[in-house]
Amino acid sequence: MTTSHAAEEASTSESHYVDHENPIIGLHNCKLIQQGAEARVWEGVYLGKPAVLKQRFSKRYRHPSLDARLTQTRLKQEVRSMLRARKLGVLTPCVLCVEHEASTIYFERVEGVSVKQALSSGALQPAAQLELLRAIGSAIAALHDGGVIHGDLTTSNLLVRAADNALVVIDFGLSSNSSIAEDKAVDLYVLERAFTSAHASCGPLFEDVLASYRQHSRLWCPTLNKFAEVRMRGRKRAMVG
Amino acid sequence: MIALGIEGSANKVGVGIVREDGTILANPRHTYITPPGHGFLPKQTALHHQEHLVALVQAALKEAGVTPADISCIAYTKGPGMGGPLVTCAVVARMLSQLWRVPLVAVNHCVGHIEMGRAVTGARDPVVLYVSGGNTQVIAYAERRYRIFGETIDMAVGNCLDRFARVLHLSNDPSPGYNIEQLAKQGMRYIELPYVVKGMDVSFSGILSFVEEAAGRMLADGSATPADLCFSLQETLFAMLVEITERAMAHCGAPDVLIVGGVGCNMRLQEMMGVMVSERGARLYAIDERYCIDNGAMIAWPGLLALKHGQATPLSESTCTQRFRTDDVLVTWRD
Repeated sequence: MTTSHAAEEASTSESHYVDHENPIIGLHNCKLIQQGAEARVWEGVYLGKPAVLKQRFSKRYRHPSLDARLTQTRLKQEVRSMLRARKLGVLTPCVLCVEHEASTIYFERVEGVSVKQALSSGALQPAAQLELLRAIGSAIAALHDGGVIHGDLTTSNLLVRAADNALVVIDFGLSSNSSIAEDKAVDLYVLERAFTSAHASCGPLFEDVLASYRQHSRLWCPTLNKFAEVRMRGRKRAMVG
Repeated sequence: MIALGIEGSANKVGVGIVREDGTILANPRHTYITPPGHGFLPKQTALHHQEHLVALVQAALKEAGVTPADISCIAYTKGPGMGGPLVTCAVVARMLSQLWRVPLVAVNHCVGHIEMGRAVTGARDPVVLYVSGGNTQVIAYAERRYRIFGETIDMAVGNCLDRFARVLHLSNDPSPGYNIEQLAKQGMRYIELPYVVKGMDVSFSGILSFVEEAAGRMLADGSATPADLCFSLQETLFAMLVEITERAMAHCGAPDVLIVGGVGCNMRLQEMMGVMVSERGARLYAIDERYCIDNGAMIAWPGLLALKHGQATPLSESTCTQRFRTDDVLVTWRD
């Protein structure tokens, strides 16, 4: 009786949806929360804890060798950089498990909103906003001084934890290790552009981030000199076409 | 209302005549083609434009079946572009505006590409990938400006392809990029190249140096063919472009993509973008070489839009500039 019931269940038309809703064994009550540029992000419960699962998927538009190379190196680099960031005192979600074959990382779930949401909601008091911007600057300074380049700093990749308003940095998928001023400067430039493109109406927020970076980074001088150079390069780019 | 647009910021010179409803009445164009192994220089390019521009204006009027009395404004490219060629077109635009007593409208070249793409495809609010010989930008519209979300931090993708075509001594007719595309179809082997994406920005100069060096070495010892190299270069560069476009889509939550600019007519790029877009359940809007490649209509059309919103350019301000960012333009004609 039970076997036939199970067989019946497996043969129903719903069976091929099971994979979609429960991609990986071990994560329960899955819900797809985001399809990013290179990964699907799911929410659920892992080992009894609220967890987030990031599954890199194969990109069919890319050549298979290029795809395999990018997926594997980014997975490894992401986990390594998160560990390194935590050692440097920068909050990141805790890595719970890595499934290499499935290109999947399980993270602790951070309750809170993205900095993008926090800034555009307009709910922040000026003092709290300044504190947040300063926290961003000091976190990046700590990463850079420790040789971690995030690679994709945007206001969507910075979270404000609900419990204590602490800043949590996520998505180290494009990160790299470097102590070269140029790499740090480009990292800052990427964030500046995220601020100017997505929060243009909020005023010069990035200035506060930079001021805090300058205060907290031991090597601020070469980095910010390079940053000025990269900015100029950015402007010149508009040329022929 | 009918607008006449003059474009000549790079090696193409074109004159377009566009009606108020967006109908393109005429859009003739002439391209300055250099011998294989050579690029185009500002001075010679300007001379080329000087030779052809008046004839193109006459041809456009004839093809459109209109007389100077029917023209409501002259739109010209203010920038960005090469100085000499831009000045050539600006001079002709000023002359026509005084001769026919109609207002001038200065147009940003990048905005021209975007508005042309939107008009031809009907895309309403897409993420725009603008890829050409001089520009590589991922753009989305917000609060009256075309905001640049991602772009190249050094050279443009078309420039990278053109310069590699010169290394292989490919023909510049009809364009070096087209010939790379054709040769790449015969490529059998994928050669690993650097892959440089920084957030939503990309960098191509290191890839070019690498592939130039690899070409010399691998072609000499027979370990790769020119077709393999073209194939690998295209696969790598376009994967980077599709990736940053997808990242911008995820960032802004936009469902549509529009590809504009000369590199935009590359079928392999369109194919790769199409795969990405279908995986996201989004739509791809792409256009062919008539509108992708620089042309006069892409200047006439935004010129007409700007004029209708009171943005004529007085003669004393009808300058041009080599550097003119897409996000410098206040877009008065959109909500």
